[in-house]
Amino acid sequence: MLDKIGIAKRLAKELKDGYYVNLGIGIPTLVANYVPKSIAVEFQSENGVLGMGPFPFEGDEDADVINAGKQTITTLPGASFFDSALSFSMIRGKHVNLTILGAMEVSENGDIANWKIPGKMVKGMGGAMDLVASAENIIVAMMHTNKAGDSKLLKNCLLPLTGVGCVKKIVTNLAVLEVTRLGFKLLERAPGVSVEDIKKVTEGTLIIDGEIPEMSF
Amino acid sequence: MNKKVENVAKAMIDLKNGDTLMLGGFGLCGIPENAISELVRLGVKDLTCISNNAGVDDFGLGLLLHKKQIKKMISSYVGENDEFERQMLSGELDVELIPQGTLAERCRAAQAGFPVIFTPAGYGTEVAEGKETREFDGKMNVMEYAFKADFAFVKAWKGDEAGNLIFKGTARNFNPNMCGAAKITVAEVEELVPLGTLDPNQIHIPGIFIQRIFQGKNYEKRIEQRTVRSRS
Repeated sequence: MLDKIGIAKRLAKELKDGYYVNLGIGIPTLVANYVPKSIAVEFQSENGVLGMGPFPFEGDEDADVINAGKQTITTLPGASFFDSALSFSMIRGKHVNLTILGAMEVSENGDIANWKIPGKMVKGMGGAMDLVASAENIIVAMMHTNKAGDSKLLKNCLLPLTGVGCVKKIVTNLAVLEVTRLGFKLLERAPGVSVEDIKKVTEGTLIIDGEIPEMSF
Repeated sequence: MNKKVENVAKAMIDLKNGDTLMLGGFGLCGIPENAISELVRLGVKDLTCISNNAGVDDFGLGLLLHKKQIKKMISSYVGENDEFERQMLSGELDVELIPQGTLAERCRAAQAGFPVIFTPAGYGTEVAEGKETREFDGKMNVMEYAFKADFAFVKAWKGDEAGNLIFKGTARNFNPNMCGAAKITVAEVEELVPLGTLDPNQIHIPGIFIQRIFQGKNYEKRIEQRTVRSRS
């Protein structure tokens, strides 16, 4: 089973040379720490920066330079700042190549829910609805089950949706899965996790085709 | 043309209860701090506020929420504000949550004179409920209206009395999109410089979009999430 760092390391394998990438809040943000040295990628943050760098050294924080998680950041050589409309032009206009975001639920047809629990929690969708409605390459990073132990990979989402039929791939603490027309196709198992373990906590249709390799990263 | 007013009070002289306001900023970054303080001081009520976030409990628009001056918020993310969440869940506050890109583009549509925009964001979700949808190139889109607002309050880094503005870092965010998107746009700046000082090549927003500009003061620029790495 993977921890959050492990999920981030596995996600980093999805990055390709030349990609512009938008990382959501939480586990996705960690992916920036594990970019393979052999490739060049640029991170976009939807509040208006392209070419995001690491956190600043203590004392160098600038209140005017933050990411979408409101964290202080730095910029790398070649970075740019822009307004919110232009930022979402990059997203809606499909100029951003890969979006990695968290989710509360994903359904077997690629629907995603991640912004609201009616009557309990309403944080808002932020940029997530724009990202999932437009990006062609959407990967969800999340735990396989919620805190109560229930599956987050469902036949149908129960929570209000963020987007429909948009998720392409899911990386969890247990597995890597692809969303296909027939359901969740199991691609890889986390180290020490069996296919049976994954079956038990996947409520949606799980397609197991031949030997499922253990992930490597 | 001289758009300069003496202070924030003069910039808001005709603001009324029940007005619809746009306020720039993302989180606490690039918010019009002086305008918000003046709204608190004036005690105007029943405001509709269009702003990506609602501040935190004790800063930004959170200050107006605490004094129950806001009737309706139009935002995309309110996660860092307990009082906001409480007022929303209890029904005291009318809240319209919309996608962040849609919020930006509804501002820009108002600025640019487009009555509506079509966007794929929110299609198939509760955001699209009751709205016209239309298919273009095989993809479904939701029709969203340009905002109509009485005032836009924006914060810039530098400006001149002609209303020309330059923003800094990610404090730019929604501010440029809100300029000229309301009947009256009020810009507050960290540094109001003499005419001719700003290089026309570097202007982000031309003064034509601004009605009033003033030299802001006492900027706190609070950091929401101070994240650092060690030097060693």
